[in-house]
Amino acid sequence: MTRRFSWFNATSLTFGFAFLYLPMVILIIYSFNKSKLVTVWAGFSTKWYGELMRNEAFLDAAWVTLKVALVSSTLATVLGTMAAIALVRGGRFFGRTLFSGMIYAPLVMPDVIMGLSLLLLFIAIGLERGVFTIILAHTTFSMCYVSVVVSSRLASFDRSLEEAALDLGCTPFDAFRSVTLPIIAPAVISGWLLAFTLSLDDLVIASFTSGPSSTTLPIKVFSAVRLGVSPEINALSTILIVLVSTGVISASLISKRAIIRQRREERAAMAQ
Amino acid sequence: MNLRRTLLIALPYAWLLALFLVPFGIVLKISLSDMALAIPPYVPTLDITAGWAGLKEFFSQLDFENFVFLTEDDLYWRAYLSSLKIATLSTLITLLVGFPIAYGMSRASDAWRPTLMMLVILPFWTSFLIRVYSWMGILSQQGLLNQFLLWTGLISEPLTILNTNVAVYIGIVYTYLPFMILPIYASLEKLDESLLEAAEDLGCSRLQAFWLVTVPLSRAGVIAGCFLVFIPAIGEFVIPSVLGGSRTLMIGKVLWEEFFSNRDWPVASAVAVVLLLILVVPIILFQRNQQRQREQEQ
Repeated sequence: MTRRFSWFNATSLTFGFAFLYLPMVILIIYSFNKSKLVTVWAGFSTKWYGELMRNEAFLDAAWVTLKVALVSSTLATVLGTMAAIALVRGGRFFGRTLFSGMIYAPLVMPDVIMGLSLLLLFIAIGLERGVFTIILAHTTFSMCYVSVVVSSRLASFDRSLEEAALDLGCTPFDAFRSVTLPIIAPAVISGWLLAFTLSLDDLVIASFTSGPSSTTLPIKVFSAVRLGVSPEINALSTILIVLVSTGVISASLISKRAIIRQRREERAAMAQ
Repeated sequence: MNLRRTLLIALPYAWLLALFLVPFGIVLKISLSDMALAIPPYVPTLDITAGWAGLKEFFSQLDFENFVFLTEDDLYWRAYLSSLKIATLSTLITLLVGFPIAYGMSRASDAWRPTLMMLVILPFWTSFLIRVYSWMGILSQQGLLNQFLLWTGLISEPLTILNTNVAVYIGIVYTYLPFMILPIYASLEKLDESLLEAAEDLGCSRLQAFWLVTVPLSRAGVIAGCFLVFIPAIGEFVIPSVLGGSRTLMIGKVLWEEFFSNRDWPVASAVAVVLLLILVVPIILFQRNQQRQREQEQ
């Protein structure tokens, strides 16, 4: 059965994707603009990238952001995977409803509320704000995203595989390590990637939980953006867009290849 | 084994209790406190060393004064209402823009669909702030949109779009569009093509078949998409402060200013509590919709 792809479909796709991508394309083009005036084209130049590389404040902020993102996404992946296993495989335990509520709530919680409440907590317990508090905050909301991604993968695969491993004499831990973990690995990796980009991206929660010496890149960009469009920010945005899209595209290609390989191995095993 | 299981549950549980639930308790408590010129800038603070008497004293000082204040000053009313209005309208616009795209994707050939899917997801990964910022250069007075419209001769004077509510609508539709497209696409993709054929065999025109078969069967996706746009749009802060003007009232922005500019923590906390109460209804409806969808699939 062929699907009827009409001219209406073609037009809506063309306009839709133009709408999604044009602003970013324009941003990238104008980052190579020679003029300081961002809306007037004055010839090709890479000087704003040079300016950016000499801007200490931006480089410092980028370094802080990277540190926060690396540590918080790794912590969030560990905690989020544990939470997913507890929810899907943990059976009944005291306060399970509250637990799953706390996993889902941060996904729909406005950033301003998350940020405000965490800041008030840090002040109440007398924790000085800095890189450490941003990491705590980012780990908290991104572990929930990781847990949702991992638990949907956990719920969809056949539990009898684990049971077979247990029957064959594996300890539960061995069964987890040699059966469950390889199967959920793609979800764990994409969970980590999600946590990493969420942390890289976050402005509101970081603004609440950061101290004076720990400005992240989004905070820096935000305060620059409020003064208007600047070619330096365009250059910075271009770098970030290129980095993130290469990362995401290559990750998805790698995981697609892994799935194909897995299927081929399964088929070979069936044939034997 | 049992120790491992306990640890597996206890560790993330304790983390969320300490860094998600307890902070909310603190917000609730401060929203009932009074502003003071002190560090931290509110009274009362709980003094555990005073024992039972201290606890009683502490509770006796809590009151709903801040909430009464929110109802008296019409700034807050207008901010809540205007957030609701902006979120509702932009959800509808996003639906009108997103549905044809999702529909087109579900009609594309199998070879194309993974690529189209990737193209929808990719903007979601790139920085939110950057995507909002990218519209500043387009919508400003000398921006590309005005240059284009002047060039075509459609307008003779540049339009003021940036720093108005129109820019906020554009920003919300743009940044949340993938959230609308994906669930609608997911439900349209599952649609059985033979149902459409049956409808046409029974004498429906293609438009009627679309209206009577495709639209009702995509309902779950449409509802999910609308909630996914509406819920975050209400508490939005970045879009109104980057693209909106000084007259754009949204509750996320009010909370931010109350906290950072006015340093009134009790009022900021009260604003947060009310915002949360407003969100409870759509969140519960959303959960119920998801639940029903899951049950239908099983």
